[in-house]
Amino acid sequence: MFKYLAYILCLTLFFVGLYGIIVKKNLFKIIISFIIMENALNLFFILLGYRKSATFPIFLKNIEQTNIVDPVPQALVLTSIVIGLSVTILMVAIALRIYEKYKTFDITEIKNLKG
Amino acid sequence: MEILISILIFIMIIAALISLEIKDLLSSVVSLAAVGLILTLLFLLLQAPDVAIVQFVVEILSLVILIRATIIRDDSVYDRKYDRKSFIYRISALFCVIIFLIFVIISLKNLPPFGTKIYNKLADYYIKNTINDTGAVDIVAAIILNYRAYDTLGEATVLFTAILGAVLVLRKIGRLRNER
Repeated sequence: MFKYLAYILCLTLFFVGLYGIIVKKNLFKIIISFIIMENALNLFFILLGYRKSATFPIFLKNIEQTNIVDPVPQALVLTSIVIGLSVTILMVAIALRIYEKYKTFDITEIKNLKG
Repeated sequence: MEILISILIFIMIIAALISLEIKDLLSSVVSLAAVGLILTLLFLLLQAPDVAIVQFVVEILSLVILIRATIIRDDSVYDRKYDRKSFIYRISALFCVIIFLIFVIISLKNLPPFGTKIYNKLADYYIKNTINDTGAVDIVAAIILNYRAYDTLGEATVLFTAILGAVLVLRKIGRLRNER
Protein backbone atom coordinates (compact mmCIF):
# COMPACT_ATOMS: atom_id res chain seq x y z
CA MET A 1 0.00 0.00 0.00
CA PHE A 2 2.77 2.42 0.95
CA LYS A 3 4.56 1.80 -2.34
CA TYR A 4 1.51 3.03 -4.26
CA LEU A 5 0.98 6.10 -2.03
CA ALA A 6 1.98 8.66 -4.68
CA TYR A 7 -0.38 7.14 -7.27
CA ILE A 8 -3.25 7.04 -4.79
CA LEU A 9 -2.77 10.67 -3.70
CA CYS A 10 -2.62 11.76 -7.34
CA LEU A 11 -5.89 9.96 -8.06
CA THR A 12 -7.42 11.60 -4.97
CA LEU A 13 -6.59 14.96 -6.56
CA PHE A 14 -8.42 13.74 -9.69
CA PHE A 15 -11.45 12.81 -7.53
CA VAL A 16 -11.47 16.31 -6.01
CA GLY A 17 -11.80 17.72 -9.53
CA LEU A 18 -14.55 15.22 -10.42
CA TYR A 19 -16.48 16.17 -7.27
CA GLY A 20 -16.21 19.85 -8.17
CA ILE A 21 -17.51 19.33 -11.71
CA ILE A 22 -20.56 17.40 -10.53
CA VAL A 23 -21.51 19.31 -7.38
CA LYS A 24 -20.58 22.99 -7.89
CA LYS A 25 -23.10 25.42 -9.36
CA ASN A 26 -20.80 28.33 -10.13
CA LEU A 27 -19.59 28.18 -13.73
CA PHE A 28 -16.14 29.39 -12.71
CA LYS A 29 -15.81 26.72 -10.05
CA ILE A 30 -16.51 24.13 -12.75
CA ILE A 31 -13.70 25.55 -14.92
CA ILE A 32 -11.38 25.48 -11.90
CA SER A 33 -12.17 21.84 -11.15
CA PHE A 34 -11.55 21.01 -14.82
CA ILE A 35 -8.07 22.54 -14.50
CA ILE A 36 -7.46 20.55 -11.30
CA MET A 37 -8.38 17.28 -13.06
CA GLU A 38 -6.05 18.16 -15.92
CA ASN A 39 -3.17 18.84 -13.50
CA ALA A 40 -3.76 15.51 -11.74
CA LEU A 41 -3.71 13.66 -15.06
CA ASN A 42 -0.43 15.28 -16.18
CA LEU A 43 1.12 14.51 -12.80
CA PHE A 44 0.05 10.87 -13.07
CA PHE A 45 1.87 10.43 -16.39
CA ILE A 46 5.05 11.96 -15.02
CA LEU A 47 4.80 9.74 -11.92
CA LEU A 48 4.57 6.68 -14.20
CA GLY A 49 7.79 7.66 -15.94
CA TYR A 50 9.76 8.22 -12.74
CA ARG A 51 12.50 5.77 -11.77
CA LYS A 52 14.26 5.66 -8.46
CA SER A 53 17.59 7.58 -8.34
CA ALA A 54 17.51 8.31 -12.07
CA THR A 55 18.67 11.47 -13.80
CA PHE A 56 16.78 13.84 -16.11
CA PRO A 57 16.68 12.95 -19.83
CA ILE A 58 19.41 15.36 -20.94
CA PHE A 59 22.87 14.07 -21.79
CA LEU A 60 25.69 15.87 -20.01
CA LYS A 61 29.24 16.24 -21.18
CA ASN A 62 31.83 13.74 -19.92
CA ILE A 63 29.37 11.98 -17.60
CA GLU A 64 28.22 8.41 -18.19
CA GLN A 65 24.46 8.25 -17.64
CA THR A 66 22.92 4.81 -17.56
CA ASN A 67 19.80 5.28 -15.43
CA ILE A 68 17.54 7.85 -17.13
CA VAL A 69 13.90 8.75 -16.46
CA ASP A 70 11.42 7.62 -19.13
CA PRO A 71 11.29 10.48 -21.70
CA VAL A 72 8.13 9.41 -23.60
CA PRO A 73 5.50 10.49 -21.00
CA GLN A 74 7.32 13.80 -20.58
CA ALA A 75 7.08 14.55 -24.29
CA LEU A 76 3.38 13.66 -24.34
CA VAL A 77 2.62 15.73 -21.22
CA LEU A 78 4.41 18.73 -22.74
CA THR A 79 1.87 18.64 -25.58
CA SER A 80 -1.03 18.08 -23.21
CA ILE A 81 -0.22 21.08 -20.98
CA VAL A 82 -0.27 23.53 -23.88
CA ILE A 83 -3.53 22.11 -25.24
CA GLY A 84 -4.98 22.41 -21.73
CA LEU A 85 -4.16 26.13 -21.70
CA SER A 86 -5.96 26.70 -25.01
CA VAL A 87 -9.01 24.75 -23.83
CA THR A 88 -9.06 26.86 -20.64
CA ILE A 89 -8.98 30.07 -22.70
CA LEU A 90 -11.94 28.86 -24.81
CA MET A 91 -13.95 27.90 -21.70
CA VAL A 92 -13.31 31.26 -20.03
CA ALA A 93 -14.39 33.09 -23.20
CA ILE A 94 -17.68 31.16 -23.35
CA ALA A 95 -18.25 31.73 -19.61
CA LEU A 96 -17.74 35.49 -20.05
CA ARG A 97 -20.30 35.60 -22.89
CA ILE A 98 -22.78 33.70 -20.71
CA TYR A 99 -22.16 36.25 -17.95
CA GLU A 100 -22.81 39.13 -20.35
CA LYS A 101 -26.15 37.64 -21.34
CA TYR A 102 -27.49 36.35 -18.01
CA LYS A 103 -25.54 38.54 -15.49
CA THR A 104 -24.68 35.51 -13.38
CA PHE A 105 -22.35 32.52 -13.19
CA ASP A 106 -24.96 30.33 -11.48
CA ILE A 107 -25.82 27.42 -13.79
CA THR A 108 -29.27 26.90 -12.22
CA GLU A 109 -30.23 30.44 -13.30
CA ILE A 110 -29.18 29.89 -16.93
CA LYS A 111 -32.34 28.29 -18.27
CA ASN A 112 -33.73 29.94 -21.38
CA LEU A 113 -31.72 28.99 -24.43
CA LYS A 114 -33.68 31.05 -26.96
CA GLY A 115 -32.69 34.54 -28.12
CA MET B 1 12.34 11.47 -1.86
CA GLU B 2 9.10 9.50 -2.19
CA ILE B 3 7.92 10.92 1.15
CA LEU B 4 8.59 14.48 -0.05
CA ILE B 5 6.65 13.84 -3.26
CA SER B 6 3.70 12.43 -1.30
CA ILE B 7 3.67 15.43 1.07
CA LEU B 8 3.68 17.87 -1.85
CA ILE B 9 0.78 16.04 -3.54
CA PHE B 10 -1.09 16.17 -0.22
CA ILE B 11 -0.60 19.97 -0.07
CA MET B 12 -1.92 20.12 -3.64
CA ILE B 13 -5.07 18.26 -2.60
CA ILE B 14 -5.65 20.67 0.30
CA ALA B 15 -5.16 23.71 -1.96
CA ALA B 16 -7.57 22.23 -4.52
CA LEU B 17 -10.22 21.66 -1.82
CA ILE B 18 -9.78 25.24 -0.57
CA SER B 19 -10.11 26.62 -4.09
CA LEU B 20 -13.34 24.67 -4.59
CA GLU B 21 -14.97 25.50 -1.25
CA ILE B 22 -13.97 29.16 -0.65
CA LYS B 23 -16.65 31.74 -1.47
CA ASP B 24 -14.60 34.55 -3.01
CA LEU B 25 -13.78 33.82 -6.66
CA LEU B 26 -10.47 35.72 -6.64
CA SER B 27 -9.19 33.75 -3.64
CA SER B 28 -10.23 30.56 -5.33
CA VAL B 29 -8.21 31.47 -8.46
CA VAL B 30 -5.15 32.28 -6.33
CA SER B 31 -5.49 28.95 -4.54
CA LEU B 32 -5.64 27.22 -7.92
CA ALA B 33 -2.37 28.95 -8.81
CA ALA B 34 -0.88 27.40 -5.66
CA VAL B 35 -1.88 23.98 -7.04
CA GLY B 36 -0.17 24.71 -10.35
CA LEU B 37 3.03 26.07 -8.84
CA ILE B 38 3.42 23.10 -6.49
CA LEU B 39 2.91 20.96 -9.60
CA THR B 40 5.88 22.78 -11.17
CA LEU B 41 7.99 21.94 -8.11
CA LEU B 42 6.90 18.30 -8.35
CA PHE B 43 7.92 18.12 -12.02
CA LEU B 44 11.36 19.39 -11.03
CA LEU B 45 11.62 16.77 -8.28
CA LEU B 46 10.47 14.04 -10.69
CA GLN B 47 13.38 14.88 -13.04
CA ALA B 48 11.34 16.57 -15.77
CA PRO B 49 12.86 20.05 -16.24
CA ASP B 50 11.33 20.71 -19.69
CA VAL B 51 7.82 19.96 -18.46
CA ALA B 52 8.42 22.10 -15.36
CA ILE B 53 9.36 25.15 -17.44
CA VAL B 54 6.30 24.77 -19.69
CA GLN B 55 3.99 24.23 -16.70
CA PHE B 56 5.37 27.36 -15.01
CA VAL B 57 4.73 29.57 -18.05
CA VAL B 58 1.29 28.08 -18.68
CA GLU B 59 0.32 28.49 -15.03
CA ILE B 60 1.25 32.18 -15.02
CA LEU B 61 -0.67 32.74 -18.27
CA SER B 62 -3.81 30.98 -17.08
CA LEU B 63 -3.60 32.85 -13.75
CA VAL B 64 -3.55 36.17 -15.62
CA ILE B 65 -6.51 35.11 -17.79
CA LEU B 66 -8.58 33.83 -14.86
CA ILE B 67 -7.92 36.91 -12.69
CA ARG B 68 -8.80 39.20 -15.61
CA ALA B 69 -12.04 37.29 -16.04
CA THR B 70 -13.07 37.27 -12.37
CA ILE B 71 -11.83 40.56 -10.94
CA ILE B 72 -14.66 42.83 -12.10
CA ARG B 73 -17.48 40.40 -11.39
CA ASP B 74 -18.52 39.90 -7.82
CA ASP B 75 -21.56 37.66 -7.75
CA SER B 76 -19.47 34.97 -6.15
CA VAL B 77 -21.58 34.43 -3.04
CA TYR B 78 -24.57 32.18 -3.43
CA ASP B 79 -26.95 31.00 -0.76
CA ARG B 80 -25.83 27.66 0.56
CA LYS B 81 -29.19 25.96 0.67
CA TYR B 82 -29.12 22.19 0.84
CA ASP B 83 -32.22 21.38 -1.13
CA ARG B 84 -33.11 18.05 -2.67
CA LYS B 85 -31.34 18.75 -5.95
CA SER B 86 -27.94 19.45 -4.43
CA PHE B 87 -28.34 16.30 -2.33
CA ILE B 88 -28.89 14.34 -5.55
CA TYR B 89 -25.77 15.96 -7.02
CA ARG B 90 -23.71 14.88 -4.02
CA ILE B 91 -25.03 11.31 -4.20
CA SER B 92 -24.27 11.10 -7.93
CA ALA B 93 -20.75 12.48 -7.33
CA LEU B 94 -20.18 9.78 -4.72
CA PHE B 95 -21.50 7.16 -7.15
CA CYS B 96 -19.13 8.30 -9.93
CA VAL B 97 -16.19 8.29 -7.53
CA ILE B 98 -17.00 4.75 -6.35
CA ILE B 99 -17.26 3.40 -9.91
CA PHE B 100 -13.99 5.11 -10.80
CA LEU B 101 -12.36 3.75 -7.65
CA ILE B 102 -13.18 0.17 -8.66
CA PHE B 103 -11.38 0.64 -11.98
CA VAL B 104 -8.48 2.31 -10.18
CA ILE B 105 -8.04 -0.66 -7.86
CA ILE B 106 -8.13 -3.08 -10.80
CA SER B 107 -5.54 -1.08 -12.71
CA LEU B 108 -3.23 -0.44 -9.75
CA LYS B 109 -2.85 -4.20 -9.36
CA ASN B 110 -1.21 -4.33 -12.79
CA LEU B 111 1.16 -1.41 -12.17
CA PRO B 112 4.60 -1.91 -10.64
CA PRO B 113 5.28 0.06 -7.42
CA PHE B 114 6.18 3.74 -7.66
CA GLY B 115 9.76 4.36 -8.75
CA THR B 116 10.49 1.02 -10.42
CA LYS B 117 11.24 0.70 -14.08
CA ILE B 118 8.27 0.02 -16.33
CA TYR B 119 9.32 -1.93 -19.39
CA ASN B 120 9.12 0.42 -22.36
CA LYS B 121 10.84 -0.57 -25.57
CA LEU B 122 10.29 2.84 -27.14
CA ALA B 123 12.00 4.67 -24.25
CA ASP B 124 14.98 2.34 -24.47
CA TYR B 125 15.26 3.05 -28.19
CA TYR B 126 15.10 6.82 -27.65
CA ILE B 127 17.70 6.77 -24.86
CA LYS B 128 20.07 4.64 -26.90
CA ASN B 129 19.79 6.27 -30.33
CA THR B 130 18.83 9.93 -29.84
CA ILE B 131 22.33 11.37 -30.25
CA ASN B 132 23.09 9.27 -33.33
CA ASP B 133 19.70 9.90 -34.98
CA THR B 134 19.14 13.59 -34.32
CA GLY B 135 22.26 15.08 -32.77
CA ALA B 136 20.17 16.58 -29.96
CA VAL B 137 21.28 16.36 -26.35
CA ASP B 138 17.83 16.84 -24.83
CA ILE B 139 15.78 13.68 -25.43
CA VAL B 140 12.39 15.32 -24.80
CA ALA B 141 13.13 18.11 -27.28
CA ALA B 142 14.31 15.49 -29.78
CA ILE B 143 11.04 13.56 -29.38
CA ILE B 144 8.67 16.52 -29.78
CA LEU B 145 10.61 18.30 -32.53
CA ASN B 146 12.09 15.42 -34.51
CA TYR B 147 10.58 11.98 -33.90
CA ARG B 148 7.05 13.27 -33.38
CA ALA B 149 7.15 16.56 -35.28
CA TYR B 150 3.74 15.93 -36.88
CA ASP B 151 2.30 15.58 -33.39
CA THR B 152 3.61 19.03 -32.53
CA LEU B 153 2.18 20.40 -35.78
CA GLY B 154 -1.23 19.01 -34.78
CA GLU B 155 -0.83 20.61 -31.36
CA ALA B 156 -0.16 23.98 -33.00
CA THR B 157 -3.32 23.49 -35.08
CA VAL B 158 -5.37 22.76 -31.95
CA LEU B 159 -3.93 25.85 -30.24
CA PHE B 160 -4.71 28.04 -33.26
CA THR B 161 -8.27 26.70 -33.51
CA ALA B 162 -8.96 27.27 -29.82
CA ILE B 163 -7.63 30.83 -29.88
CA LEU B 164 -9.68 31.48 -33.05
CA GLY B 165 -12.77 30.18 -31.25
CA ALA B 166 -12.12 32.40 -28.24
CA VAL B 167 -11.64 35.47 -30.43
CA LEU B 168 -14.85 34.68 -32.36
CA VAL B 169 -16.82 34.23 -29.15
CA LEU B 170 -15.57 37.49 -27.62
CA ARG B 171 -15.67 39.78 -30.67
CA LYS B 172 -17.78 42.92 -30.65
CA ILE B 173 -18.51 43.80 -34.33
CA GLY B 174 -21.06 41.12 -35.20
CA ARG B 175 -23.04 41.75 -32.05
CA LEU B 176 -23.28 45.50 -32.68
CA ARG B 177 -24.69 44.94 -36.15
CA ASN B 178 -27.37 42.63 -34.78
CA GLU B 179 -28.40 45.09 -32.11
CA ARG B 180 -28.97 47.92 -34.58
